[in-house]
Amino acid sequence: MTDKEKQQLLQQLLEKQKTDKLKPTDRYKIPPQDMPEQNPVTRRSNVNEVATGYTETQARLEAMRCLQCKKAPCINGCPVRIKIRDFISAIADGHYKKALDIIKENSLLPAVCGRVCPQEVQCQQTCTVGLKFKDPTKAVSIGRLERFVADFDQNVGSIPAVAAETGMKVAVIGSGPGGIVTAADLRRAGHDVTIFEAFHKTGGVMVYGIPEFRIPKAIVQKEIDILAKMGVKIICNFIVGRTRTIEQLLKKDGFDAAYIGVGAGLPRFMGIEGESLIGVYSANEYLTRANLMKAYDFGSGADTPIALSRKVAVMGGGNVAMDSARTALRLGAEKVYLVYRRTEMEMPARIEEIHHAQEEGIEFHILQSPKRIIGDQNSRVIAIECLKYRLGEPDDSGRRRPIPIEGSEFRIDVDTCIIAIGNIANPLIRQTTPGLNFNKWGNIVVDEETMATSVQGVYAGGDIVSGAATVILAMGQGRIAAAAINQYLEKKKKK
Amino acid sequence: MSHKIVSKKQLSKNVFTAEIEAPLVARAREPGQFVIISINNEYAERIPLTIAGADPEKGTIRLIWQRVGKTTAELADLKQGDEITNVAGPLGKPTHLENFGTIVCVGGGIGNAPLLPIAKALKAQGNKIISILGAKNKELLILEEEFAQISDELIITTDDGSYGRKALVTEPLKELCQRSPKPDQVFAIGPTIMMKFCCEVTKQFNIATQVSLNTIMVDGTGMCGGCRIEFDGQPKFVCVDGPEFDGHKVNFDLMMKRLNAYKDQEQKAHEQYKKHRCKIGLDR
Repeated sequence: MTDKEKQQLLQQLLEKQKTDKLKPTDRYKIPPQDMPEQNPVTRRSNVNEVATGYTETQARLEAMRCLQCKKAPCINGCPVRIKIRDFISAIADGHYKKALDIIKENSLLPAVCGRVCPQEVQCQQTCTVGLKFKDPTKAVSIGRLERFVADFDQNVGSIPAVAAETGMKVAVIGSGPGGIVTAADLRRAGHDVTIFEAFHKTGGVMVYGIPEFRIPKAIVQKEIDILAKMGVKIICNFIVGRTRTIEQLLKKDGFDAAYIGVGAGLPRFMGIEGESLIGVYSANEYLTRANLMKAYDFGSGADTPIALSRKVAVMGGGNVAMDSARTALRLGAEKVYLVYRRTEMEMPARIEEIHHAQEEGIEFHILQSPKRIIGDQNSRVIAIECLKYRLGEPDDSGRRRPIPIEGSEFRIDVDTCIIAIGNIANPLIRQTTPGLNFNKWGNIVVDEETMATSVQGVYAGGDIVSGAATVILAMGQGRIAAAAINQYLEKKKKK
Repeated sequence: MSHKIVSKKQLSKNVFTAEIEAPLVARAREPGQFVIISINNEYAERIPLTIAGADPEKGTIRLIWQRVGKTTAELADLKQGDEITNVAGPLGKPTHLENFGTIVCVGGGIGNAPLLPIAKALKAQGNKIISILGAKNKELLILEEEFAQISDELIITTDDGSYGRKALVTEPLKELCQRSPKPDQVFAIGPTIMMKFCCEVTKQFNIATQVSLNTIMVDGTGMCGGCRIEFDGQPKFVCVDGPEFDGHKVNFDLMMKRLNAYKDQEQKAHEQYKKHRCKIGLDR
């Protein structure tokens, strides 16, 4: 469809709607709106955002595909229960500011969530339109619509109102998605909020981990700027547990409560031979060098180096694996292989990321896993030796268990390996916070109703609580914690 | 928050020291810990530097570094009154301090800098301190006076014999190990190759030896894993599990290779920087 045809279709539909004759059958006929994207060949050599966003016409057409179901099953699929049906209806009517206000009742980072939420297993999984077509990719594109209204606001930029000062001080540890929403909610209630960030830049995983081509850094910076304008204090290069402990913050520095949102922490390695060779990276290191330190500009503005790779193997099947593989391409690798021991069906990555990676030419090696990494006499990676796998019975995670096929060893020549198989909890807070309870994996134990930890006045959320999860879950937990902290402080003040 | 350089001095041809405003780090730091600094927010590199000392009241820390690459050269070109944008820390586990008895502290080259606060603290615990300081030549020897103040015995070695004994540090170390009673503990900090050979000596005598490792790091808080070493066959992160380790279990050969991971790129960047500073007249 050309743009003009789309406009005509929209006009027809609007006319029909005026006379109240727009039936579900009419809505089913509206073609699902594809997201405009940079073409795969061009985008391989730049770091700009891949998906460029809906036009107004597209957004309104897509919004009109929504049946406005009475039960709105999509809402139950959303971790923070955004009033999806209502905001989509507002978009269909052309009321974008209203749509954004509806989203912001529940979510504070729509520009981010619209881009990185795994909608296909959340809101869009239960969408009636998708179910009708028996294809989740034909559901109403809720995420893209959320992004559309959020980006529409980029020029408006409203600063939330802040209540009268309460005189209570709260420390928010970590400036990732969880920390940002927690700080915003606490500040809105009138508390004196300080965010402590260990890195020299704020934004957490959205800045060091998720690449520019998925979330432009400017979007994250805008959220941080809003916090600063609201009066939230932001201190970088401050490592809680080392620079000051939580105990010192609460007992000596006058903080009345603290929220721990420090993220996951240490990268997991595979425990195979050769993982310390030169050219083997954790995904965290590879992405941090590329994103936060801008290693792709090494020698012309940036001082942090990164491997000049020709052939790269990425191990893993999640979003981080896709991000690493696609970053390697953009850094100039000729071949990038994604090695995963199950099949594409079991990959935890978002469908869109898998699709984008394949479009860009990442070679998927499924049902394979490295047995060892091979180096030359200088300990630089020259190859990986892999085993082939088959799928057996489902395991505890419900996914079919990969079983190695004996004697199936084969070699792939590579000069760089990126291990993207997840993280384990950072032990720093555990080592330095007496009385705080942790589970056997090193994650903080909380009361899920309030996100309260075993230490009074200390709350936690995000990956340090749930292990590796998503931006939206961290955000949801941050909001629960902020509400609980607000209550806690109110009681504390009365005493 | 920026960090002002309160004072700066050149200790030898390529070694510099500066006192830098960092009140929080100055208050919290303990011997054995380090900071990660970057000069500006315009994509400057993050590098780990050990804290050679601190004045909590003044709110300053003392850094000592060797000019080896672009960032350390840039740092060397800063003057008193200039500012560094980022100082994060203190990082790493502090040294385990105890009255062990007699301790041999072996420092090589720039390694004397991280060794000094550790030796001072061990002395304060009541240990007898025998220091061996090694350098290529007299010019490159640093912190002799400071070590003289806290050492019960001080041995200097130079590779060319221009000062002290003409020997590698391992020679006097071996002699000390042969004494009766033998030393109770050895701390060895310096170039990786020196630490490796010190550990080979002390292993023969079964004397526990602590080394402090300075590997390539990005975040310094455990997140990236770039600093990992092989310890007793297992991966360990220098930033959160160290920087001090039982030297008898460290795979030094692999560590030395990993330290060279970016050698070519680093050299190029350093050359470029030298050309640039030549052009702007810093070299005169």
